[in-house]
Amino acid sequence: MANTSYKARQARRIVIERTFGVSILALLLFWLVINFIKSPSQFAEVSLIGLSNGILYALIALGYTLVYGIIELINFAHGDLFMLGGLFSAHFIALWFHQTKSSPMGWLVFFLALISVMVFCAGVNVFIERFAYRRLRRAPKLAPLITAVGVSFMIQFVGLRWNGSGQKTWNSVLPSGSLMLGSVKLPYTTLISFAVTIPILMALTFIVTKTRQGKAMRATAQDQDASRLMGINVNRTIAFTFALGGALAGVAGLLFQQTRGLTSYNLGYQLGLIAFTSAVLGGIGNLAGAVLGAILIGLIQGLNDGLPIGLGQQWSQTVVFSILILLMVFKPAGLLGKQVTEKV
Amino acid sequence: MLKIENLEVAYGNIKAIKGISLEVNEGEIVTLIGSNGAGKSTTLRAISGLLKPRGGTITFLGERIDGAEGHDVVKKGITHSPEGRRIFPRMTVDENLDLGAFLRNDKDAIAADKERVLELFPRLRERINQKSGTMSGGEQQMLAVARALMGQPKLLILDEPSMGLAPVLVDLIFETIVKINQQGTTILLVEQNALAALSVAHRGYVLESGIIKMSGNAKDLQSDPEVTKAYLGG
Ligand SMILES: Nc1ncnc2c1ncn2[C@@H]1O[C@H](COP(=O)(O)OP(=O)(O)O)[C@@H](O)[C@H]1O
Ligand SMILES: [Mg+2]
Repeated sequence: MANTSYKARQARRIVIERTFGVSILALLLFWLVINFIKSPSQFAEVSLIGLSNGILYALIALGYTLVYGIIELINFAHGDLFMLGGLFSAHFIALWFHQTKSSPMGWLVFFLALISVMVFCAGVNVFIERFAYRRLRRAPKLAPLITAVGVSFMIQFVGLRWNGSGQKTWNSVLPSGSLMLGSVKLPYTTLISFAVTIPILMALTFIVTKTRQGKAMRATAQDQDASRLMGINVNRTIAFTFALGGALAGVAGLLFQQTRGLTSYNLGYQLGLIAFTSAVLGGIGNLAGAVLGAILIGLIQGLNDGLPIGLGQQWSQTVVFSILILLMVFKPAGLLGKQVTEKV
Repeated sequence: MLKIENLEVAYGNIKAIKGISLEVNEGEIVTLIGSNGAGKSTTLRAISGLLKPRGGTITFLGERIDGAEGHDVVKKGITHSPEGRRIFPRMTVDENLDLGAFLRNDKDAIAADKERVLELFPRLRERINQKSGTMSGGEQQMLAVARALMGQPKLLILDEPSMGLAPVLVDLIFETIVKINQQGTTILLVEQNALAALSVAHRGYVLESGIIKMSGNAKDLQSDPEVTKAYLGG
């Protein structure tokens, strides 16, 4: 008796939740369609802006998700590593190689900066893992988490000393014009961001799915001791994962610094939070999920900020986090996350 | 082949192994029996480099391996099918077997070994592309043993391979252990099922609260009144 009424209530709740979910989606679609009809070219342009923000978030989000996937640590310092990557890029291009405008020499230095910032941020991340997190691997979860917060403050302090307390603006070495596709403007910087990010994401997919190192990563993520018994060097595998995440954050730092032309010691906090949200939205620990979540958030922000009928920029964060909260209510594991953890 | 002398292992301040010595000779099946919590798994984990010994030595083929990293121990030729199977549940049977051969590069020999273990456990061949976490306990156990064999071990360590299995499967596992040994692999077998373990082993050690209580030929232990009383339910 009690059992059936419980079941009935459960069923009713599912129906209510479904209806609610579907009506939100319908509302969203309705909003997109009117905006599209009102001005298709503006729609396309803001979508592109959203997409280019999205891939930037994706590069950072992947670092959160890679590290969480392998040692179940939310690496709060990861956003700050992105900030450091931006600072490094700015100094590398403008101060060490004196490139302040778009020229073949500037592009060459941009390419060198890309390689260097990847190596730099990978190295910093490996260093952090080695000296801050490794010893705490068997400690209660809260200990490495608090340590990560501490590391975040330390990197911000380095940023503060290096960059000063204010925002600094920089000239970009990337071409500033736009490609016209009909009436849609496609800025060269967006194009370059895609041209840099897409091959890197493909390389990451290849490393994780096809190489020996990737196999070791996937095994270590599932069971560290069992991996040791297979002959996998678990410490090295975890360090490698931090290196990958760091390199991606470095790329994001360079792209941000060159396309927005600014650095600031607290950028990591802002973008890191959005990127972390993306990783959670997509299902933390899932690489494709992090990219999907990041692109969705980028798009939503872009559309909300730039469409003629929308809430506008001041509501940007609110919209993003409302969507996150709603999703977490309906699908707590994220878009592509697993509903149950298989760890025993 | 493997020689342990005065081994001590502790968890924090609690000593789980209090100075034991044992030996495994090439070609043997040696069994380590004892009740739950005696320290059997702890001993095996120390051999495999998952735990650092507090004292004593572990020598394998004339080389000290106590304190070595787990992955280095595998390199020296010891593989370990752990208690509770510890297969990679989100990977297929095939991927699990490949991970067993992680340190090897000899593609042809790996393929031949895979064929050999699938010969030993035909059930795994039927499930080769299934996610291993979705298999039954018995199948997972077979996979854990097969995976350890894929590392081409000189010494194969098995921790309670019959745990939680139906009697038919227990018989099958013990038959397979004998077969693996006859094909030339030395085996260190830990079991709570002392009767079955002593019936396939050449020699045995009885562990109790971190100390070796008795040792000798499997036959002698099987008929020893004290062993019979404590572990064989007679
Ligand atoms: N991770 C651990 N932390 C603390 N104590 C442990 C741990 N694992 C095992 N022990 C203790 O060590 C002793 C031996 O355990 P174990 O080697 O697992 O025994 P067995 O395999 O013979 O059942 C037991 O008293 C057990 O409680
Ligand atoms: Mg045990």
